[in-house]
Amino acid sequence: MEEFFQQLTNGLAVGGIYALIALGYTMVYGVLKLINFAHGDLFTMGAYLGFTLLTALNLAGRFGPAPGVVILLLMVMGFIALVGALLERVAYRPLRQAPRLSAVVSALGASIFLQNAVMLIYGARSQVYPQNILPMVGVNVFGVYIPLVRILIVGLSLVMMAGLYLFIQKTRIGTAIRAAAIDQGAARLMGIDVDRVILLVFLLGPALGGTAGVMVGLLYGQVNFTMGWVYGLKAFTAAILGGIGNIPGAMVGGILLGVIEAMGAAYISIAWKDAIAFCVLILILIARPTGLLGERVAEKL
Amino acid sequence: MIRLDQRSITYLWYPIVAGVLASLPMFLNAYWVDVLNSVGLYAILGISLNLIVGHAGLFNLGHAAFYAVGAYTAAILNTKFQIPVMWLMPLCAIAAGSFALLIARPIIHLRGDYLCIVTIGVGEIVRIALINNIFGITGGANGIFGIGRPSVFGFVIRKPHEFFYLIWIFLAFTIFVFRRLEHSRFGRALNYLREDDVAAEGSGINVSHYKLAAFVVGAAWAGMAGNIFAAKMTTISPESFSFWESVLVFTLIILGGSGNNAGVLLGAFLIVGLPELFRDFANARMLVFGAAMVLMMIFRKGGILPAPQRKYKLAGVTGGQGEGRG
Amino acid sequence: MSLLSVQRLSKHFGGLVAVSNVSFNVEEGSVVGLIGPNGAGKTTIFNLITGIYPANSGTITFDGKSIQGLATHRIVAMGVARTYQTIRLFQNLPVLENILAGYHCRMKTGVLGAMLRTRRQRREEQRALAETIQVLEFVGLHDHGEQLAGNLSYGNQRLLEIGRALASHPRLLVLDEPAGGMNEQETTALIGLIRRLSDRGITTLLIEHDMSLVMRVCEQIIVLEYGCKIAEGTPEEIKKDPKVVEAYLGTEDEL
Repeated sequence: MEEFFQQLTNGLAVGGIYALIALGYTMVYGVLKLINFAHGDLFTMGAYLGFTLLTALNLAGRFGPAPGVVILLLMVMGFIALVGALLERVAYRPLRQAPRLSAVVSALGASIFLQNAVMLIYGARSQVYPQNILPMVGVNVFGVYIPLVRILIVGLSLVMMAGLYLFIQKTRIGTAIRAAAIDQGAARLMGIDVDRVILLVFLLGPALGGTAGVMVGLLYGQVNFTMGWVYGLKAFTAAILGGIGNIPGAMVGGILLGVIEAMGAAYISIAWKDAIAFCVLILILIARPTGLLGERVAEKL
Repeated sequence: MIRLDQRSITYLWYPIVAGVLASLPMFLNAYWVDVLNSVGLYAILGISLNLIVGHAGLFNLGHAAFYAVGAYTAAILNTKFQIPVMWLMPLCAIAAGSFALLIARPIIHLRGDYLCIVTIGVGEIVRIALINNIFGITGGANGIFGIGRPSVFGFVIRKPHEFFYLIWIFLAFTIFVFRRLEHSRFGRALNYLREDDVAAEGSGINVSHYKLAAFVVGAAWAGMAGNIFAAKMTTISPESFSFWESVLVFTLIILGGSGNNAGVLLGAFLIVGLPELFRDFANARMLVFGAAMVLMMIFRKGGILPAPQRKYKLAGVTGGQGEGRG
Repeated sequence: MSLLSVQRLSKHFGGLVAVSNVSFNVEEGSVVGLIGPNGAGKTTIFNLITGIYPANSGTITFDGKSIQGLATHRIVAMGVARTYQTIRLFQNLPVLENILAGYHCRMKTGVLGAMLRTRRQRREEQRALAETIQVLEFVGLHDHGEQLAGNLSYGNQRLLEIGRALASHPRLLVLDEPAGGMNEQETTALIGLIRRLSDRGITTLLIEHDMSLVMRVCEQIIVLEYGCKIAEGTPEEIKKDPKVVEAYLGTEDEL
């Protein structure tokens, strides 16, 4: 039983991270109908940037653990958001009118570029996050010892998801984003500045992705430059699972995938853990392309 | 007096280039010959992937999986049953082609970007399966070693410049065969479904069948390339068949010229040759290629050497009134 | 026996009823028009006939055989070829190859034949080329063979689409707004083309909004409104039918 709870909370934490990354994919896809391959690399950048800021500025030491982490997250979110906006400007905007597959290739190229940029700057080895930032305590729930870090991560992702959800549902700009996702042409005709909506999506999505990167660093203690690839593909699976283009779907999909994966690793086999996610992806696309909650169809007529 | 019209000049190029290429091993040391061997193998892979990506317009980013199936088939059958590697060529083609048929069939109707993601997933599943020693025969992360050398009519091919001829002759053969494929009813069908698959189906073309066929033929050829690779390296392991290999082959097509064999060859030279020529470049090469892909899509979608139009001989055909052009 | 027989055909998309209980026959060798206001279900019926999606109920019989549930390419091979409301040519391929696409189903060579370039393959290619030239001449595009389809004028693109359909040797030609975007001159040429097709024994079923063309070239007209058939008859009968006049034709001046 204890093992089950450990795995469950573990899965929730990882799932929360997947969800945050998945939101980036789903928002971009909803508005541009494009799979932003480079999104996983923005996540990696966030992780590395967090590492740099933590060690270089000694945020935790200066401001104390809690405020330090908050400031760190804000800085990372801001910076990665800017990179995201720049990415859109350089690699995607010129191809708005081009056939969709050109944009896909461009996304792939951008992903390769960003990933290698990170590698060149930081080197190919993994980097270790300072371990003693947050108090190494845990909480006892039903007699199960759960590290504080894990709880914080789950809590933080839930807070951010709730925030995004409210933003999308309740604000005018959020509604504009939803409108542009449904029909860009009609949205334009209604006076919505679609370019600004796209910019906003490329600020929010990457910001969340970057945050997820920092979370991985805090949770696992180390980051390496290929993690964007693995996490990115899994997060994409999560987005598809929940229904690509559907924001609540990405949240549900992420958490669900995290839990499935944790359970699978514990009870089936840890070596095949990564393959599980890919199998889930392929199965969904074959059997139920619209995902659990989604409206977008994967197949053409 | 020999008339040098446009057609003759084109045909003159082939023997010249072939002659230059054939004499290269005599001038270069083993290291550079091996570089050329790499170029050759990547070109073969590129041409096989080009059928799927350039001609049929299906974005396959998991081509390394087919390469792996071919290589491992050769490796396993050779080390376990001592069957000479060359004899295993057709088997590697069949193994890779069957594998492609198996996995492509359920996913072939997926739209472009989704198909792309699934092929990535398939490539990864294959690699993970290889590392985990699936069915107990793949040797796990260490792979398989002790693969035999190919022998042609009793002559054993061992040294780089011997492999040069094997690889480049196979490459020439590949270009020859694929050129025929591309200038045929089959090649046209692939182009039609690339341009507009609804209109292609509506014109009477069995779109599902041809998409599958593109995958199977491309995979089968990659399988044969895998055979040569296994024999050349004598040791193969899953890391040679990672996603990045698939990306490399894909990139060389996109950059060099999709839908065009000359472009693919050029792409192979760029992708493999440039990093060798400029060592500092090698570290940043993926960075440059990534940027190049973005720029290429923005400025020159077809690649450096875009696909030329097929020419038809119209003069002399009943009812024909068009100009004859070779 | 009619060449094409549609009986009690119905199709709905979720809650939207596109086609409701429509029945009609198309006799071999005739030219039949399908008219009706926008949204009447005309293109949906075409899509049902050509197998783009299945009907919810009813039957479609071609040459005595049911073509329900068959894949589109098989229906083409059986002898039903179509054009589209919005032109769907292979824009980046030359005119020649667009026509060859139609002829594809009348050829047999596969991968092996292509690789080996057998004599049969070469002969088949020659024959295909000859057929293509003939089709080009028939539709009046023989000067444009090597041009890219996308570079043709709009009217010529429509003709090319018909040419591509013709290349598959159809017995029934299904044309969706073939005169769309054409001027007076081009429309007259199109009428001539349809008449020549009829002379060759090819049956034509067409959707059109250009009433002058419909009245001049169709022997039989079927009128749809909101997915139901509201009238059927010769041009003369349709002109006078009060239901049709009310639903669609408007004043007498338009005829």
